[in-house]
Amino acid sequence: MSETRYTKDHEWVTVDGGEGTCGITAYAAEQLGDVVFVELPAVGTSFKQGDEMAVVESVKAASEVYAPVSGEVIAVNDVLEGEPGKVNESPDGEGWFVKLKIADAAELGSMMDDAAYKAHTS
Amino acid sequence: MADTPLLKTPLYDLHVELGAKMVPFAGYDMPVQYDGVMPEHNHTRAEAGLFDVSHMGQARYVGDEAALEEVLTADLSALKPGEQKYTLLLNAEGGIKDDLMVSRPFGADGGLFLVVNAACKRGDFDYLGEIVGDQGTLTEMPERALLALQGPSAAQVVIDLGFDVADMVFMDARVIERNGVKYYLSRSGYTGEDGFEISVPEGAAEAFARELLADMRVKPIGLGARDSLRLEAGLCLYGHDMDETITPIEAALTWAVAKSRRERADFAGAGRILDQIANKPAKKRVGIALKDRAPAREGTEIAINGEIVGVVTSGGFGPTVGAPVAMGYVPTEHATPGTALELLVRGKARAAEVAKTPFAPHRFHRG
Repeated sequence: MSETRYTKDHEWVTVDGGEGTCGITAYAAEQLGDVVFVELPAVGTSFKQGDEMAVVESVKAASEVYAPVSGEVIAVNDVLEGEPGKVNESPDGEGWFVKLKIADAAELGSMMDDAAYKAHTS
Repeated sequence: MADTPLLKTPLYDLHVELGAKMVPFAGYDMPVQYDGVMPEHNHTRAEAGLFDVSHMGQARYVGDEAALEEVLTADLSALKPGEQKYTLLLNAEGGIKDDLMVSRPFGADGGLFLVVNAACKRGDFDYLGEIVGDQGTLTEMPERALLALQGPSAAQVVIDLGFDVADMVFMDARVIERNGVKYYLSRSGYTGEDGFEISVPEGAAEAFARELLADMRVKPIGLGARDSLRLEAGLCLYGHDMDETITPIEAALTWAVAKSRRERADFAGAGRILDQIANKPAKKRVGIALKDRAPAREGTEIAINGEIVGVVTSGGFGPTVGAPVAMGYVPTEHATPGTALELLVRGKARAAEVAKTPFAPHRFHRG
């Protein structure tokens, strides 16, 4: 049973057991335009919720991506190195950024669910 | 500054209607993108892109042109009716106050038409006014809009609207009257593509833009793609790739200092500039190609063997090149194409090398 939570900065995290897969939302990808490069953290790096975790570059500018929850990076999406456009094509699927081992599941409680995020971006 | 309301060009309402994302730029509320930077960039290279550059400063000068030459690098006495030159406005030390286009579209006795950068226009026109004093009259033309139509289809689009431009080549300039409206056209631009910059009275600007956009080959293009296009074309952006501390020689714009003017040595900062031509400047603007996909933006430090030697002044992703490209300053001894560099992007050294510009070949119509 998985559930997805969102930040006001347009990151998502889908939680499955103690692991969270993170990325940026379709709304964020649309705002950025064509993604040309994603800088991902090294596996083993730990972040606190809200720390800068990755950088996504469009033609226009570089934008920071923040850790939606605290945790340790257990996997990164290497596909983005060669195919950064996956972030635009499939922001909530193949365009995922990192998997985190969630440090504090309580953080999820204060985050937006689908309905709240839809309201946030409309 | 923050409380100053943004100015609007005559095309503001059209930009909003077309769904542009508007941003402040040089005191104006300008479109940064419509469909997105990448598709707009690619459309300009493939067909034709329409840019609103009405924020730029337009002026006409009538009078003693030798007076103007004190602070310009062009040989105005060699500028024939119907011709345009890219030139540089110099401060007393030979530093670049602005880059501009100067043309003679009004015939032999009609004086000169100047187009300067938006952010510099107030300063430029005041400075030129002081330089020429009572030897000439500089008349600003805030009542005219300026559009650029750029791309391989641009010329045919303009011809199809009834403009007789088939015989114009790159850097030709002329006035064409159509339906009672006087258009000042030059076959030039700042994207590396063939195309035109067209000055039009503000009252006729929107109707003209709509005429251009009604052609299926034309799409509106924002400042985002304007920047990626000019970067790929290896063209300098004032305030970024050059400023008052930089000479034309350091900026690798020696070609814009007319040979006859070098011989006459009669312009501001001539001593310093001629010395740099003879003995090479200490640093120089170069193109930079990156070996991986991380774009290096303006301000990125340039290192050689771990030692910081310079800084990136323009950088981003080049959609036509399909890779990041940049320009920056390095010591002249390291300015040879192929020289290995490291760019410190967010603290990580990324492999790069000095590259020839343009990154995307120029496709000007030279006839």
